[in-house]
Amino acid sequence: MKKELTIFDNPKNVKRLRLGFFVALVLVLIAESFVEMHGGFSVEHFYGFYAVYGFISYVFLIFAAKLLRKITMRKEDYYDR
Amino acid sequence: MIDNMLPPALIFIVGAVLIPFLRGKAKAVYMLALPIVVFVILLNLSFGNTWIVEFWGYELIMGRVDKLSLVFSYAFTIMAFLGILFALHVKDNLQHVSGLIYAGSTLGVVLAGDFLSLYLFWEIMAVSSTFLIIASRTRESREAGFRYILMHLVGGLILLAGIVLYVQKTGTIAFDYIGFTGIESYLIFIGIALNAAAIPLHAWLPDSYPMGTPTSTVFLSAFTTKSAVYLLIRTFPGADILIVIGGLMVSLPIFYAVLENDIRRVLSYSLMNQVGFMLVGIGIGSQLALNGAVAHAFCHIIYKALLFMAAGSVLQMTGKIKCTEIGGLYKTMPLTCLFCLVGALSISAFPFFSGFISKSMIISASVHEKLFLIWLVLQFASTGVVDHAGIKVPFFTFFGHDSGIRAKEPPLNMLLAMGIAACLCVGLGVFYQPLYNLLPFPVHYVPYTGGHVVGQLQLLLFGAFAFTLLILAGYYIPEVRSKNLDADWTYRKFGRFAYNIADKGLNSLNRISERFLMRFIKGLVSFFKNTAAKIALFAAVNIWLLLGYRDKRLEIKKTQLYNDILEGTLPIGIGVAITISFVFLVFILT
Repeated sequence: MKKELTIFDNPKNVKRLRLGFFVALVLVLIAESFVEMHGGFSVEHFYGFYAVYGFISYVFLIFAAKLLRKITMRKEDYYDR
Repeated sequence: MIDNMLPPALIFIVGAVLIPFLRGKAKAVYMLALPIVVFVILLNLSFGNTWIVEFWGYELIMGRVDKLSLVFSYAFTIMAFLGILFALHVKDNLQHVSGLIYAGSTLGVVLAGDFLSLYLFWEIMAVSSTFLIIASRTRESREAGFRYILMHLVGGLILLAGIVLYVQKTGTIAFDYIGFTGIESYLIFIGIALNAAAIPLHAWLPDSYPMGTPTSTVFLSAFTTKSAVYLLIRTFPGADILIVIGGLMVSLPIFYAVLENDIRRVLSYSLMNQVGFMLVGIGIGSQLALNGAVAHAFCHIIYKALLFMAAGSVLQMTGKIKCTEIGGLYKTMPLTCLFCLVGALSISAFPFFSGFISKSMIISASVHEKLFLIWLVLQFASTGVVDHAGIKVPFFTFFGHDSGIRAKEPPLNMLLAMGIAACLCVGLGVFYQPLYNLLPFPVHYVPYTGGHVVGQLQLLLFGAFAFTLLILAGYYIPEVRSKNLDADWTYRKFGRFAYNIADKGLNSLNRISERFLMRFIKGLVSFFKNTAAKIALFAAVNIWLLLGYRDKRLEIKKTQLYNDILEGTLPIGIGVAITISFVFLVFILT
């Protein structure tokens, strides 16, 4: 029998991973003050524009998909009937 | 020396025919050697036209060699090698032969310098890829393959019509930049766009690609759409409509990718999304944008194949591929999981992975051309990729809820193919200069600037942050066994609906008219029957009266005669006698 990886069965490890992720979020936000954004469009000059846009895009995507599902969802055997 | 050899397309196609005659190790070595031989030939080609054949007074150019065709040929040959390696353990010769013919005909399309050889290889491509879809030998795959070939035959016919008009107009079968000039250019554009799965001609792709075998879908993911991208770069660069189509393609399929349950269908929609990026690049048409489209096609072929290989490994080892049925596979398939993560990071355009160095070229090109709206759409789509390819595919397959399935890692050849593809993804992301040198136009682009990296990281990580919050709050979209309507509804359901309309409408009309007609004819028949009987009775009764029959005997005679006439059992002699006596009676009475 092969050895199993069970690293994520431990809730502590999941918590650690999540913590690392949140630290990374803060870091990329801070990093923006050390680099020059290109600013091809004026919106890019708002601090944290990409972070906000990424967040909003994602939430919009999920909620729009939920609406879309109401229209498009059918049973799996829809085309066989 | 090169001139005397077969063109790369024919090496694959002729080479494929020999596969069924080989066994065991010899077969494996032979199949792997074919793409290597082709790659060496490609490396030794010099720019210009080679492999020119005279045919009915036309010049067939089977080797138009320039930077654009070469970079695509490299990508397709590498892909053929990876696909063959991944499928090396498969016993089914049908898949090997059609896979190699498919790869060869794609090279034929890329290197074709004239429309005639292009069309020839185009159709071989459509037919051989159909065999890869039906190779699963299930009812679903057969039906999907049938719809697939129908769509592509229609597309091929439209392309052919365009080619015929084009040749008539220009007097030559050679082609290069076409642009929108007349009806022939529109037909050619539609024919090519169908193969690129351009909306609204896209439904064949998510319909058929998930139906292939674990290994054949890897082949399918690479060739058809990207050879169409190549042709669009050559014939319609800077066509504004491609920006619109590309904009729709990067955004609409990602909603479906969020909803879909079948992992390979999620990847199919994601494939459309990536091709959308390329079409936007072609539509913008600046040197940077076209370079970006080519680079993105190159990187995409490899990481998309890697993702389909990971999905194929899961399908092969567990027999399942639906989000609702799998999960927690990292425990026993850690290597496959790792390779899948590399593919996911590449398609999400994470810095130091291949997608980053190519996709950012296209996005930067939209900045240079001041296309604000399309820039917003592209950034939105980049975040969308995080969901379906970055989170959905690896997370729900290898992590997520534990499905209890404890599948082993796939065979060595599959792991090797994935490993090489993963190395290429990282390699291209870090050492991007060799790829940039291959691009058709000189590159002055620097992908790794502080602004790019930080902006992209913010976009991706905060998208993932939104996912974390949504799933913790229970707002994330639940996985459901379901089917989602797409444009194929028009010919799968509406087609049936129209058939039913025709069936119910026309056939009931048929039945109604039949009923009326029959009633009329029946009436007519019984009228004539009864009339004949009554006339006969009238004549006979008079005769019988004359002969002296009375009362009961007369009644018996009457019913006998009446039944005989209605049932047609009357001997001919009696009929004749009645007729004659009738005539006789008429003669007497007048």
